[in-house]
Amino acid sequence: MKCEKCNAKAVIEMPALCNKHFTSYFEGKAKKTIKEFGLLEKKDRVCVATSGGKDSLTLLYLLKKFGYDAEALAVDEGILGYRDQTLEFLKDFCEKNKIPLRIFSYEEETGKRLDSTVEPGKPACSTCGTLRRHLLNKHSKGYDKIATGHNLDDESQAVLMNLFKAQKKLFSRQGPKTKKMRGFTQKIKPFYFLKEKEIMVYAYLKGLNVSFAECPFARLSYRSQVREALNEYESRNPGTKENIVRKYLSIRPASHQDVRSCTGCGSPCSGDFCKACRIKAGFALES
Amino acid sequence: MEVFIEKTGERKQISFNGTAKKLLESIGVNYEEVIITRNSEIITLDEEVKESDSIRVLSVVSGG
Repeated sequence: MKCEKCNAKAVIEMPALCNKHFTSYFEGKAKKTIKEFGLLEKKDRVCVATSGGKDSLTLLYLLKKFGYDAEALAVDEGILGYRDQTLEFLKDFCEKNKIPLRIFSYEEETGKRLDSTVEPGKPACSTCGTLRRHLLNKHSKGYDKIATGHNLDDESQAVLMNLFKAQKKLFSRQGPKTKKMRGFTQKIKPFYFLKEKEIMVYAYLKGLNVSFAECPFARLSYRSQVREALNEYESRNPGTKENIVRKYLSIRPASHQDVRSCTGCGSPCSGDFCKACRIKAGFALES
Repeated sequence: MEVFIEKTGERKQISFNGTAKKLLESIGVNYEEVIITRNSEIITLDEEVKESDSIRVLSVVSGG
């Protein structure tokens, strides 16, 4: 397959582009998302929620390349054979590129590792995601924004998942950035319109030493079923993922959230106790 | 040909000549979920792969 811009050997299909033109396409699409949705200004201090995996590490690389004041913030969930490995990639990358890195763990926060709280063969994504968001928000207070590596695959899956489960509140909260709300550091997603596959190709071509490992819990999740179905649909109907998020943005309902303070930790939440505190209380009962 | 499937850690010796797309179909992998490298270089789905090639099928899925 030839590059549609210059006739050189293509490294990716749809669009068919060579190394040089794919790099330009990829970086241009991330820049356009940042500009179009007002995700970042040059004066912003941004922390990148990183895991050492390809999405977040590529984002960190790119924001530094674009000249932003970016630092790395990582969460160690405690998943033996997975997170310990990806964090090694991250430490190595940050050391070589002189990027400040801070790591916080579930064990410090809750007294337990994630892999010690989940029964074998059971999904862990809901608990894991709640605690990760809690820790990221808690430790990002000195920054203007948190940038995450969420990509077109993640976001199109999320639209469908929230639709299938009639999650009205969550459905209205998606998009390339979260609203500015008291107690929350604003989250931004510069890879909102880039496919997971495109990020992988970019990381590979740039020789980024990233972990391509898959979380052992990933395939047990509901998301995994949606991912598989959506990938099947995308391969038959190219452009489906982008259509889903574009259409979603055009009909996104207004989000009205009543923000209160958690009685346990003071974090913003919608009830008396935040979900992270409820999980921690559950862990304490199990001990 | 040696095919390494990173997602499962399998290393397969298979007899195959044809496009990378056909190879993925023959091992039951959706091309949306992977990139393919031949001798460490990314190749597109239409490229012909041969018996002497060393192929890696890298999963693009990471988180949950």
